[in-house]
This record gives sequence, C-alpha cells and structure tokens, in this order.
Amino acid sequence: MKDLLDFSKLDRAQLEGMLETAVVMAGVLERPVKKVPALQGFTVCTAFFENSTRTRLSFELAARRMSADVVTFTAANSSTAKGESLKDTIQTLEAMKIDAFIVRHGASGAAHQVSRWTNAKVVNAGDGRRAHPTQALLDAYTLKQKFGSLEGLEVAIIGDVRHSRVARSNAELLPKLGAKVRLCGPATLLPAELEADGVTVTTDIGEALTGAHAVMALRLQLERMSAGYLPSLEEYRETYQVNAQRMGKARPDAVVLHPGPMNRDLEIESVLADSGRSLVLQQVANGLPVRMAVLYHLLVGKN
Amino acid sequence: MKLRISNATDMHGKSRDVLIENGVIVSSLSAAPDLEIDGAGLLVTPALIDPHAHLRSPGQEEKESLETGLQAAVAGGYGSVVCMPNTAPVIDTPEVVRALLERASQLGLARLLPAAAVTQGQQGKLLSDAAALKAAGAVMLTDDGRTNEDAGLLRRALIYAAALGLVVSVHAEDAGLRGDGVMNEGLVSETLGLPGNPVVAEAARIARDLEIVAATSGRLHVQHLSSARGLELVRGAKAQGVRVTCEVGPHHLTLTDSALESFDAIYKVAPPLRLQSDCDALLQGILDGTIDCIGTDHAPHTAAEKERDLLEAPFGIANIELCFPLLYTRFVHTGKLELTRLVELMTAGPAQLLDLPHPSLEVGAVADVTLFDLSSERRVDPSAFKSKARFGSPWAGEALRGWAVATIVGGRVVYDARA
Amino acid sequence: MARLEFKAKLLEPDDMRRAITRIAHEILERNKGASNLAIVGIHTRGIPLAERIALKVSELEGVTIPSGKLDITLYRDDLSEVGLQPIVRQTEVPFDISSRRIVLVDDVFYTGRTARAGLDALIDLGRPTSIQLAVLIDRGHRELPIRADYVGKNIPTSKQEIVKVKLLETDGEDAVELYELRGEVKS
Repeated sequence: MKDLLDFSKLDRAQLEGMLETAVVMAGVLERPVKKVPALQGFTVCTAFFENSTRTRLSFELAARRMSADVVTFTAANSSTAKGESLKDTIQTLEAMKIDAFIVRHGASGAAHQVSRWTNAKVVNAGDGRRAHPTQALLDAYTLKQKFGSLEGLEVAIIGDVRHSRVARSNAELLPKLGAKVRLCGPATLLPAELEADGVTVTTDIGEALTGAHAVMALRLQLERMSAGYLPSLEEYRETYQVNAQRMGKARPDAVVLHPGPMNRDLEIESVLADSGRSLVLQQVANGLPVRMAVLYHLLVGKN
Repeated sequence: MKLRISNATDMHGKSRDVLIENGVIVSSLSAAPDLEIDGAGLLVTPALIDPHAHLRSPGQEEKESLETGLQAAVAGGYGSVVCMPNTAPVIDTPEVVRALLERASQLGLARLLPAAAVTQGQQGKLLSDAAALKAAGAVMLTDDGRTNEDAGLLRRALIYAAALGLVVSVHAEDAGLRGDGVMNEGLVSETLGLPGNPVVAEAARIARDLEIVAATSGRLHVQHLSSARGLELVRGAKAQGVRVTCEVGPHHLTLTDSALESFDAIYKVAPPLRLQSDCDALLQGILDGTIDCIGTDHAPHTAAEKERDLLEAPFGIANIELCFPLLYTRFVHTGKLELTRLVELMTAGPAQLLDLPHPSLEVGAVADVTLFDLSSERRVDPSAFKSKARFGSPWAGEALRGWAVATIVGGRVVYDARA
Repeated sequence: MARLEFKAKLLEPDDMRRAITRIAHEILERNKGASNLAIVGIHTRGIPLAERIALKVSELEGVTIPSGKLDITLYRDDLSEVGLQPIVRQTEVPFDISSRRIVLVDDVFYTGRTARAGLDALIDLGRPTSIQLAVLIDRGHRELPIRADYVGKNIPTSKQEIVKVKLLETDGEDAVELYELRGEVKS
C-alpha cells in the first residue's frame, strides 16, 4: 500500500486486516513497555497545514510507539502565504529523507496532490471536506469492539454532512465492512448526491435514528450560521441535536459517537455524551492503535 | 513585401493561390514575390481572431508577457487577440491602452485588441472613461475576471456604451450563488468534497443580464458559456431579438467536471467544467448558430500557482496554441462539425462582435492569413508552448491535427512553424 | 523458476513425540523441577509445540505449567519477509512473566534472528528470571551468537534446503520433511 488517502482502493480483506492489526497494537499499549521496534529507522513527518493538535499528537504518539523518528511541520498556511506552493513545501521536506507524510490540510484533495509529488508514503489526516480515513477506521474499530462485527449495523450520522470529511469517510468505509449508513441533517447541509450503495440520506432525524445501532453526532462549525446555512443555533438544537430523548428511537443498546471536539449541548447533549451509551473517550483511545496499524501497514507492507 | 501562397486549399475545399502585396490581398503581384510559400496540402483561412484572452500585461508578466502571449497566439493561428483588462494595473485608462498597443506594434506579432474595464479598477462602482478608452483603441468593455453585481450599474454601462457603439462583455456568474465554489456543483463535487459552483449561478446571472440588455439600446456579449441552461437562455433571448452574442471556450466543449477527480488544479477554471451533457449542448449551440464565436479564455498562470491546493490555486487554463487543432480534431475530423462553421466561429464571428471588417481571402482584404496542416498529427507538448504556462495541459499527449503552419498579419509572416 | 523438490522425511510422528518427551525431561532436569516454569511458543508452529511440551512437563510433574503465545512480527529485523499485507497476530501471555523461568519454543532454529526477536519481544513483557530456548529442529547456519538449550534433532543442511515442520494442530499431520530449492535461487 503506497498511501491511505481514502478507501476507494481498499477491499474488505485489507480493511479487516488493518483493524486486526489494530487489536494487536492495542495489546502493545497495555504492556509495561508500550513500545515495539517495528518501525525503527523510519522517519515520519506530520505535515499539518491546518491546525489539529489532538490528531497530530495521536499520529506522533502512534509513530513513536513503534520506534519511528517523528518530525513535525505545522504551517497553517504560513508557508503558502509566503508564496511557496504545496509541491515545493513537500519536496523540500522529502529532501530530508522522509519515509511517510501524514498530511492535514484545509483543502479537499491536498493529500492526493502530496501523494503525486512525493515517493514517500502518504497518510491523509484530513483534507478539507473530503476524507479523514483514520477517523473512520477508529470509528469502525470502536463499533467492532462494541458489537463484535459491523455486519448489518445501522449507523446514523447526524449534522453538517456537507462540510464533513468524517461523514464522507464513514459513508465510504462502513458499507465496505457490512454496515449501513444513514446520513441526516438540515437540507442545506445534506447533499443528496452522497446517497449510494449502503448509504441513505434523510432530513428526518426520527427516521435516521429509528432502529440504529450507533448514532454519530458531527461537530457543527459556528460559521455555518454566518454563511447562511442555518438560521440559528437554537433551531439546530431543537431539530437535530442528538440527545437522550431522541435516542429513545434507536435500539436499546445503541451507542453514541462523536469525532470531537464536541460543542456540548449543541450537536450533542452533554449528559448523553457523558453517559454509559457514549463511546467518545473510547474513540480517542482507539485512535492510537488504529493509527499504529495504519502506519505499520503502510511502511512495512509492500507497495 | 510581396508574398505568394500557392496551391493551398480554402475551407470550401477549393485550391487557390493567395497573393499579398503591401499588406493586402491582391489579384496579381507587381513584381516577383519576395517570399513564396508552398501551400500544397495546407488549409488557408483568414487569420483567427480570439475575442477573449488573458495576456496578463501590464503587471503580471510572471504568468505571461505580451511577447509570449502574442507568440502563443500566432503559433495558434491567431492574427488578432482581444486581451482582457484584469491586469495590474487594470486596463481602464487611455494611457494603458495606448502603451499596450505601442508595445504590441513593436513586437509585430498578432494584432492586439485591448478590452477595457467597464468600471474603474474593475471595482464595480464608477464607470471608466469609455469614450476616451475607445478613442485610444479599446474594442470592448468588460469587467471579466469579476462579476457585475450591481445590476443598475450594468444597465447604465450598457446604455452609455451603446452610444459609443461598444459591446459590453460579461463574465456571467452570480457571486452569491457561486459562493466559494471551485468546481461544478454536482455528484463529483459532493463526492470529492470540493466546494461547488452550481449551474444556476451562471443561468441566473445570464437571465438577469438578458432582461437588462433587452431594456436598453446596448449590446451584450456573454463570455465563456459553460452550461446547457445558460445556452438555452441566450437562445431564447436571441429568438426574441435581444441584442446578445455569446462565446464558448475549447475547454468547456471538451472537458467535464470528472477531470477534477485527479485533484489537479490545471482543471480549475471559471466558469467551471460541467457535465458531458453540457458539452453536448454547447456543441449543439454551435451547430444551430446560437453560439457566435469561440473565445479561448486563454488564462495562463505560473506552475507554482497551479501547484497549490485546490482552494488556493487560481482559475484558468492556457489553451490559445491548441484551440484550433483541438476543436478541429475533436469535432471537424470526427464529422460532427463542418470546417466552414468552425472557421466562421474563429474569424467572422469574433469580427462581427468587434465590428471589424469581415475576414476574407478576397482581393482587397487585409492580408491576415493562416495556413493549417490538417493531414498530419502532432502530440500536444506543453513544454514546447510559446506561452509561459508550459508546466502542463489537460490535453498533453493528445494527438491533434490542424496545427498552424504559418500565420501572416498585415502581409508579414509572423509565425512560421517550418522556419 | 524455482521449485521445491522433496528430498527426505526427517521425523515420523513417533520420532516427534519422543523428541518432545526428551525435551520435557531435560527442561525438568536443568531447572530442577517445574516451579516458576512457563512455556512460550513463537507463532506459528512454536505454539502447538510449546503446548505439547507444557502438557508433557505437567504430566511428568503433576502440576499445571502455563503456556503462552508470542508473535514476533513487530520485532523482526528483516522486513523483506513481510508480504503485501502484513499480518500481525496476537501475543497472548496470560501470566506475569516476571520472576519466572521461561522456555521459548520454536519449530526450526536457523539464522537465530527469530529467536533474537523472540527474546526482545519477551523482555518487553516483563523481567523473567531466565529465558531458555527449545527447538524441534536445529539446522545450523547461525547469523547471531545464540544457541538453543534444548534441541529435538540436529540436522545439518545446506542453504538451498528447506526444512518443513508439519503439526497436527496446524497442518493435519505430524512430520518433518526436507526439501531442496531447485532452479533460480535469489541470493
């Protein structure tokens, strides 16, 4: 595998293989020595053109747990503001003998562009609205942990689907693993074009939650109000908040997910996020073994 | 300078000699020619006219200089080029127009036909001095590169320009509907997660502008149509006698939004690449006469600018050198379009738009003439472009026929591929 | 094209049973009994062998000897052995290895690199009193200064030869076979 940019080129066996490796990695993290020499001698560069401290730390820790050397490049558009193209930035970094880039960028497709311009491996750590594959993998891992398998699971994803790379990546991944995805949100934030095999689209949150095994609330960016996608936070809360009362429509054992960081009592009710149904903290914890597995498969597996 | 082109074939398939003396086409030469060009096997037409190109002068010479832009034009078979005014500074004063014309005449390549800004600095607030601009040599008014958001201002510009006999050209997109879109809004944009620019942004703006021009004595030119719906609106208005013309670019006829699946900013253009059904409709618009001319919208940028991410990279494609071969190969060679119609769209159509004399090979016509080779194929090689935008092309590697062999402007050979 | 050619059967099921019994006796003798003893097998065929040895030692001593499974993939120093899709298996050592005598078990002892990785993997789990190495077959050609404490059978081989250990648990039969790689051989 050369890159993990999205899931378009991966089949179910490869995806399951990565999730199984993640289980082993989780075992490593339980031991007194939480480190293996698997990636000794490899150099991993986190190239973050958009800020996300927690995702960056999760990747860096994952690389270090496997003894890779880690270098960090955070730009948040500063070098591009100086007129350096993305290609120049990446090729400058690659000249320092980088084995893998972990790329976060505000523009959809940036990780694909990086992959075109480097021979190093590339992991997409979130590009614009496009994809956030390791987040989707850790969501799948978390659901697998809870339900044993994703086969037949009904997963409702609620909120600003239009601007969400998490929603797009989960809509791509979960059906490949046997689950069904229901995308739901206000009509202005819900592109009907995302309907596909195993993916349905509805503005009716009741319909989306009915019989669901898992409900994922998406983060609502406050700028959606000023951009005129939504009239008010109050109206959003009234109509689309994932809360304990609405969870009554889901299965009794249904769980709640959130990619973080949460706007408590906006897209997700605070008490629900802290309740026994919430897997939010497990998601964060699972990010580490899943990212270890991804890095291992990329760097050690053959192209 | 006396010139004889012998045994060339015109667009009607007729073999003919073209004799040129003192910059005009003549019936016989007063003495032996200074230069003879063997036109055997070549198509001879009046030199092409591009009603829409961004030559980036003044002020953006890192993208294109007047010299490279005009060299690219003559290599594409063009004898005249309208340059857009979204430069730095904007072409909105007679001084800038005169300076450009003087520089172009020194270069002695294609004829430069400057378009001037409708509004000062293209700011959409105050009208520029249209009469003085026309006197200096400006051939049209346009705020291309920007959209005309103030409908009242556009109305007054049309009325004012009408008195001067100037056409107002519009980049017809509604800024609010376009939003932050970087590609056509649809299945592809939603799948790729790239901000979409919907067809309605073009259609709604065309509808508005058609209503406005219909209520004035002015003349409106809709630049670079991209959608079936936009075309349909123009077609309907023309049927009702509205004074409107329109153009289409080679990329909107040959590329679709799925090209963006490569995440290559080379495909980022404004208006955006649409669907195959839009390409088909635009070809239909050429066939039924709705579309008046081909405008390249040649818009070169630097490699570094196009190697940015999809949100930051600028809009535009460099295409003036391959426009004729591309359209010839894709549409005429495949039998979808008559050669005479293609030549008309690239000579007589733009001339009519710009109130220029009818381009012709007849005796007495200005000797702007191009020879094309329709029989041999050559692959598109961006690294060999005369334009500064040599880093790539959507058509790189494609085998095309119909490349210009020689371009003659005012009786002078300004491009000779065999030299 | 390289192909495998069968050369000889090295051990029959009874030979294997006897070798394991002998190793069990030697382990008890060397460690003066079974106290604090645990047997850990290296994936894949070291695991059933470890279980058999643990069972035999338990029978002989009348106590239950714990056994575990060790995957050394993450400790390998030769990544060329990893395929298109790396497979990492679970390490399951369900007891604290600290202050125990650990017998590490593998099927074939060759360059010593697997044993080296096994030692590293084991030490990351805790601090055992001692680690001893038991192998069914020692075929020579060591590349590291490691030797086995218990050997079922020493078989001198050439580098072109391949020793295949088959076990009931993983392969449906008990046998050790010798093959030779013919034709092109990658150096």
